[in-house]
Amino acid sequence: MNSKKRKIRVLIAKPGLDGHDRGAKVVVRALRDAGMEVIYTGIRQTPEAIAGAAVQEGVDFVGLSCLSGAHNHLFTKVVKLLRAKGARGVTVFAGGIIPASDIPGLKKAGVKAIFPPGTPTRDIAQWLRAAAKHL
Amino acid sequence: MKIKSANKHRSAGANSEAKLRSRMRRWEAGALKNSLARLPERRARFASDSGTEIKRLYTPLDLRKNDYLRDLGFPGEPPFTRGAQPTMYRGRFWTMRQYAGFGTARETNLRYRYLLKHGQTGLSVAFDLPTQIGYDSDHALAEGEVGKVGVAISTLQDAEELFRGIPLDKVSTSMTINSTAAVLLAMYIAVAEKQGVRTEALQGTIQNDILKEYAARGTYIYPPGASMRIITDIFDFCRRRLPRFNPISISGYHIREAGSSAVQEAAFTIANGIAYVEAALKAGMDVDEFASRLSFFFNAHNNFLEETAKFRAARRLWGRIMSERFRARDPKSCVLRFHAQTAGCTLTAQQPDNNIVRVAVQAMAAVMGGAQSLHTNSRDEALALPTEDSVRIALRTQQIIAHESGVADTVDPLAGSYAVEALTDEIEAGARKYLKKIDSMGGAVKAIEAGYMQAEIADSAYRHQLAVEKGGRVVVGVNRFETAEQPVNKVLRVSPALEREQRRKLAAFRKKRNSRKALEAVEKVRDAAAGTDNVMPPILEAVKAGATLGEISDALRQLFGEHREI
Repeated sequence: MNSKKRKIRVLIAKPGLDGHDRGAKVVVRALRDAGMEVIYTGIRQTPEAIAGAAVQEGVDFVGLSCLSGAHNHLFTKVVKLLRAKGARGVTVFAGGIIPASDIPGLKKAGVKAIFPPGTPTRDIAQWLRAAAKHL
Repeated sequence: MKIKSANKHRSAGANSEAKLRSRMRRWEAGALKNSLARLPERRARFASDSGTEIKRLYTPLDLRKNDYLRDLGFPGEPPFTRGAQPTMYRGRFWTMRQYAGFGTARETNLRYRYLLKHGQTGLSVAFDLPTQIGYDSDHALAEGEVGKVGVAISTLQDAEELFRGIPLDKVSTSMTINSTAAVLLAMYIAVAEKQGVRTEALQGTIQNDILKEYAARGTYIYPPGASMRIITDIFDFCRRRLPRFNPISISGYHIREAGSSAVQEAAFTIANGIAYVEAALKAGMDVDEFASRLSFFFNAHNNFLEETAKFRAARRLWGRIMSERFRARDPKSCVLRFHAQTAGCTLTAQQPDNNIVRVAVQAMAAVMGGAQSLHTNSRDEALALPTEDSVRIALRTQQIIAHESGVADTVDPLAGSYAVEALTDEIEAGARKYLKKIDSMGGAVKAIEAGYMQAEIADSAYRHQLAVEKGGRVVVGVNRFETAEQPVNKVLRVSPALEREQRRKLAAFRKKRNSRKALEAVEKVRDAAAGTDNVMPPILEAVKAGATLGEISDALRQLFGEHREI
């Protein structure tokens, strides 16, 4: 019910050196169109900068996108840094070129949902809304 | 006499045009109307993926402003619509060049030998992101990225291992490298020298197209001005020392992958090409001294007719710009030669074997469009880097088109198709509109600095996504014809152990080399960059003296600063 009081706040981030941000930018726009407040970091951000921005902006969600294959290292690091900063209320989700066999490990590390290529953006918005019920 | 017969011809043309028009009206009012009444068309409006409207029927009326000699001509002659070269694939097939690289130089060298053994005719090096952005494999920002999207090359020793046993005087090599192109080119030359191959004999291409990095791909380091200066230094160096080497591959590929339309791809690529020509002229080169070595790289996307037309339109537009705007006298300066790669963004993670068919159709468009070389994507690339089996199928796809389909036996086989010629005209006209707009902004560099190309590309990408989600754009296996699937687990994995191995190798290299000598050589690179001397000779000396890619890039970073996205 509270979600009606304020918009869901999302940080979409590109960790690492990967410059492929077509997907990230599309998700940013789709979530804005779905009524959320979305901040995009731009490409080539360090996990430290992403975690810092998430805390500073007080977001509910951090969406990570990586197509370079460095996701295991980078996503895990962002989750750890968020925890270290005490940002336990921030939920991390992700997308990109992520082999199916990597998904269980990432979920165990604290990435709550992974949206593979071809996911409709409305599915992502729906998932965020459901996950934000507690807000 | 001559004038009379020309007039007679013209009036005969006008007569037949009027006749055709009236017959067409009759057809529309009769057969067509009846047919539509019985069975309406599938959609109210047909358009290509990238928004070009596709008409129901193209006839000679669509081409009435077309003049064969002026607009099509003969292959290998201006305006080059029909091909870059007179005999095209009757003389020699396109170069089959699969982009490959992962892990360390040793793994990648094995993959190259595998591809050459299976009939590939040229190499195409994929570098990992740290190498592309000027970080050695042991840099903190390289963590997790070493060897992932390509091979890690930090030192001359890595480069030697990459090309071990591959004769660089016989194989041409394309390197997808941009902001650090000068360093990798220097390493390539140094490896060739060690193999006893003369620099003059080297054949290949460095991508070296920084403008599309700012606009779409993201591996920039320095601000645009500094980058353009390094690029013109490379042009000048190659012109003098590597006459058979392409010092740039002006790339629309990534612009399209980032979401642009076909027209935007052609337009922005050519706008960037114009910026490079202007920079080289400003640096004091004559247009005919460098323009014949400019090469291009386009995307081969799904819409077969539009893509075929795009390649032909781009070739004609470039030919005209080079002769009309830049007054090139040598016809070779006006030829757009291009590499094509099938569209990675069309590959689906769902039902991945379907991608084999997509790639075949896209590759066919590249061949119909007259590509000089071609990379065909592998079916599993929406999941991970391709396995050896997948890469072999992708290469076989090209071989089947070349040897079995028959399309390579005549030059520009779709020429004269009313639809293809009309679309060729339309894409050229659409691209010219964008060029005019970009010119009015002060050229491609300014348009990119203002974020114009980026915004145009992002708008197109979002429009496409909405069309797919609303179901208007069918993607087989994704929003139609879905099946329940088991996740694919047989994907290529780059072992994290390779990153550790690469770091160990680099540490050993640093220990073994004469560091003082290496760092002195880096200082000379910085001196040249701070002044007006060409940076290539000192970079070549530096890599030979044991300087690493990261050290050279850091020196230039300190001098030039780093570009930040707006």
